[in-house]
Amino acid sequence: MSKVFNRIDSIIGNVITVKATNVQYKELAQINTRFGKSLAQVNKIDGDTVSLQVFAGGQGVSTGDEVRFLGRDMRVSFSDDLLGRIFDGSGEPRDKGPALTENMKSVGGPSVNPTKRILANRMMRTNIPMIDMFNTLVVSQKLPIFSISGEPYNQLLARIAMQAEADVIVLGGMGLKYDDFLYLKEELSAGGALSKTVMFIHTASDPTVECMMIPDMVLAVAEQFALQDKDVLVLLTDMTNFADAMKEIAITQEQVPSNRGYPGDLYSQLAARYEKAVDFANSGSVTVLAVTTMPGDDVTHPVPDNTGYITEGQYYLKGGRIEPFGSLSRLKQNVNGKTRKDHRALMDAMIRMYSSYKETLEKKNMGFSMSSWDEKLLKYGKLFENKLMDLSVNLPLEGALDLGWEILAECFRKDETGIKSDLTDEFWPQK
Amino acid sequence: MTQSTGKVVNINGNLVSVEFQGDVSMNEICFVKVNNTTLKSEVIRIRGNVAQIQVYEMTDGIKCGDEVEFSGDMLSAELGPGLLGQVYDGLQNPLPVLAEQAGWFLERGIYADGLDSEKKWKFTPTAKIGDTLRAGEYFGTVPEGSFTHKILVPFYLLGKYTVKSVAEEGEYNIKETVAVITDERGRDIPLSMSFKWPVKRAINCYSERLAPVETMETKVRLIDSFFPVAKGGTYCTPGPFGAGKTVLQHTTSKYADVDIVIIAACGERAGEVVETITEFPELTDPRTGRSLMERTIIICNTSSMPVASREASVYTSVTLAEYYRQMGLNVLLLADSTSRWAQALREMSGRLEEIPGEEAFPAYLESYIAAFYERAGYVRLPDGSTGSVTIGGTVSPAGGNFEEPVTQATLKVVGAFHGLSRERSDARKYPAIDPLISWSKYRSVISTKKSQYCKSILHQGNEIGSMMKVIGEEGTPLQDYVMYLKSEMLDAVYLQQNSFDPIDANSGTSRQRYVTDKLIYVLGSEYNINSKDDARAFLNRLRQKFIDWNYTEFGSDSFRKVEAEIDALYNENNGRLSHEAEQLLKDGDCE
Repeated sequence: MSKVFNRIDSIIGNVITVKATNVQYKELAQINTRFGKSLAQVNKIDGDTVSLQVFAGGQGVSTGDEVRFLGRDMRVSFSDDLLGRIFDGSGEPRDKGPALTENMKSVGGPSVNPTKRILANRMMRTNIPMIDMFNTLVVSQKLPIFSISGEPYNQLLARIAMQAEADVIVLGGMGLKYDDFLYLKEELSAGGALSKTVMFIHTASDPTVECMMIPDMVLAVAEQFALQDKDVLVLLTDMTNFADAMKEIAITQEQVPSNRGYPGDLYSQLAARYEKAVDFANSGSVTVLAVTTMPGDDVTHPVPDNTGYITEGQYYLKGGRIEPFGSLSRLKQNVNGKTRKDHRALMDAMIRMYSSYKETLEKKNMGFSMSSWDEKLLKYGKLFENKLMDLSVNLPLEGALDLGWEILAECFRKDETGIKSDLTDEFWPQK
Repeated sequence: MTQSTGKVVNINGNLVSVEFQGDVSMNEICFVKVNNTTLKSEVIRIRGNVAQIQVYEMTDGIKCGDEVEFSGDMLSAELGPGLLGQVYDGLQNPLPVLAEQAGWFLERGIYADGLDSEKKWKFTPTAKIGDTLRAGEYFGTVPEGSFTHKILVPFYLLGKYTVKSVAEEGEYNIKETVAVITDERGRDIPLSMSFKWPVKRAINCYSERLAPVETMETKVRLIDSFFPVAKGGTYCTPGPFGAGKTVLQHTTSKYADVDIVIIAACGERAGEVVETITEFPELTDPRTGRSLMERTIIICNTSSMPVASREASVYTSVTLAEYYRQMGLNVLLLADSTSRWAQALREMSGRLEEIPGEEAFPAYLESYIAAFYERAGYVRLPDGSTGSVTIGGTVSPAGGNFEEPVTQATLKVVGAFHGLSRERSDARKYPAIDPLISWSKYRSVISTKKSQYCKSILHQGNEIGSMMKVIGEEGTPLQDYVMYLKSEMLDAVYLQQNSFDPIDANSGTSRQRYVTDKLIYVLGSEYNINSKDDARAFLNRLRQKFIDWNYTEFGSDSFRKVEAEIDALYNENNGRLSHEAEQLLKDGDCE
């Protein structure tokens, strides 16, 4: 069945061409090089000239190497055996466990029929107050974490993985530093979350093509779990590396670049991945959180910009904290009316006060004298930052709301908060 | 006509080259046979005996040598009763039917008819034997929801026809012959209640195109009073992500004063479509008292669905809009987002290796955008009635920068520009339309002079505001400061609107006229104010009253009560109407 070819016509970057017939578009091939075997995938066919992107990269590939077409597309094994395991971008084990070959499922499958989706209306608890209380994550939501290099985004992801109320976590690492990979692995096993986690990891030293496969592998697995009535949380880090990998391949294949060298279909490619987030009617769900580092902290860079148009809001991770201002969960109003009746009012009031605090801080830095109201705001801002915004805070929503009331009570009188009096009467802490 | 066939010779993404025998026409539909399915595609370039086709599906698994069958037809929409209330993909496949056939996913190669051919409709003939008919004229009607759906002579029939026979009143499905007409050479043509029309061709079976003069109420104050849209006109809404483009279109689709709304969700989030599908059947249309879904058609080609059908979806939508216009109805087409459509063009252009224009968009981008918006229009139909297609498109400029090809090409051809700004949306001002940059060429529901007067308050307020940032509040003269507060108040009580509140979100023409008059009266007056604190306190109280006023039903007792409170506050502070404002109010809203 499999067809073997012994002559590679050209090798440009990670892309090789062979003369072959009866080859399917997107078919996989195996290529035997002096460094071992690698998978390759057809990405262009012109008559009998077939282009393939080599997962392990073009380095060391010889024109005389053997290319064996496998007659199938990219697949990933799916079963509960995946849980606790770590794989690479080709689906090969990265841990010392056995390779899985049963129940192979195609990756990058078709999109969900919109009429089969249901309106996102369940909260996904993370026990991180800046998320639960201020920008609630909703089951089936897709949200990027906009950040810059050096910020603790992987620490944040690890916390979410450990604390989130999800049945299964699928973590995809793209272009991860090896240290970060080790960190994530250790944190998750120390936190006891490894047994409900599947990881697909591409580290910075691995071949570029594998980086491009990670989101598809991750989402295919997540989708399968969701169809088994599981609420799946997908964590991806870092989508900018994924986009850069696409750029690299596109340029190698002489595609016309559109914006800063990225291919014209960047939006469609990102959307195809993010739109896998879904709440199936009468079944499970997929929720996606994806770190997107912004080159030069520029949100108008093509990757964060296109991402913003696709996702349902964003979290900004800046200075080690989730920023309350730029961050937005577009779906939060679907759920935060049903949590506790003080949730919305308290959230609005605390953010409003925090914004006044920022103004006061600015005035203070410019040397203006501080009124007693300003002093109150300064005290409030400090407490807010230390007790609620700090990433290490692990509190259920109700606890965070109670703490919010305590912080307000410590700094202000009831009537200074601008919250309706029937709420302050009920929730204001008694001293 | 024998159908041509061919074989695949090249595959590059969703662009496939086919070597064919026989004749092939541009934009012809063809099917690629792969494994056990056939994939719908469209011819987009022909060179010698090689046709390049864009496949409307994922191309995985296609091999060189796979067979291709050409259909002889262009991409067409099926037109007839039963379109309203449907949820289609970009190729007019009803998504609920696909879900029945394929389950959770949009499996490729599965297609369904746009209209239910089993359903019986109650046909009433209107033409008599011997009548003369032309394309686009009607010979019978069926009731569809609250509308009288006219059964039209297919648009592709050129020349004059004589009615030979027409069916009696009764129940028929859309495939049964309900009339036979004879052409000038005596040939009989049987007609059913449905026919097909190629989506990329504009329907022009009208007597004449008229200038769009009547304002289309959107019930959004900022739009209707200051940047209005006319029935049969065009407008665009560019804005960075998160500025509320989709929310604004969503509100417009609910409250706009038109007969039919077509929502083209083009390359956007599936979640938003789900929201509409879930919400609309539950809402009632205030005009008819029936479900809002009965006047709505959704064409949904979300971002993860294949790119080529995204390109087709805007054409499918506008064709359906033109079809209902031909019945003398006012149709609003909301396209969200035209940038995704332009990106679809860019992707294909890149694969075709065309020489790229700015930001790699194809050179024909502008003419395509212009041709699309030009399909809007207010027309007189052969029977003397009028109908309109209004097109509103959102634009998603990269980085929120309006100096990019799609926004610029769109601005050239539309009649109104509603630019959303990041500053206004960050400040949670809804709608985030920036009054300082937006414009409209159409007539407002209030008089042009009043509209200009209000805008000038906003402009002055903005200038003073920027000045104040430099010289501080202390350095600003009291008079300027009052002006600044007035403009802030106008913004807060009139420009901003609560889209969640059923009363505030639905602000009709008479209310807008009444409230602007009151605002001009209040803002065009001088008061006894001695300090900035006084000014702030007074205008804050006024502002609060006006906001409360917005939530009371127009003309109700509580409406009168709040109005009386506003008047009392005015008199308390010894308001004196300026001459300019007095003159404006005297002139009224009719021009």
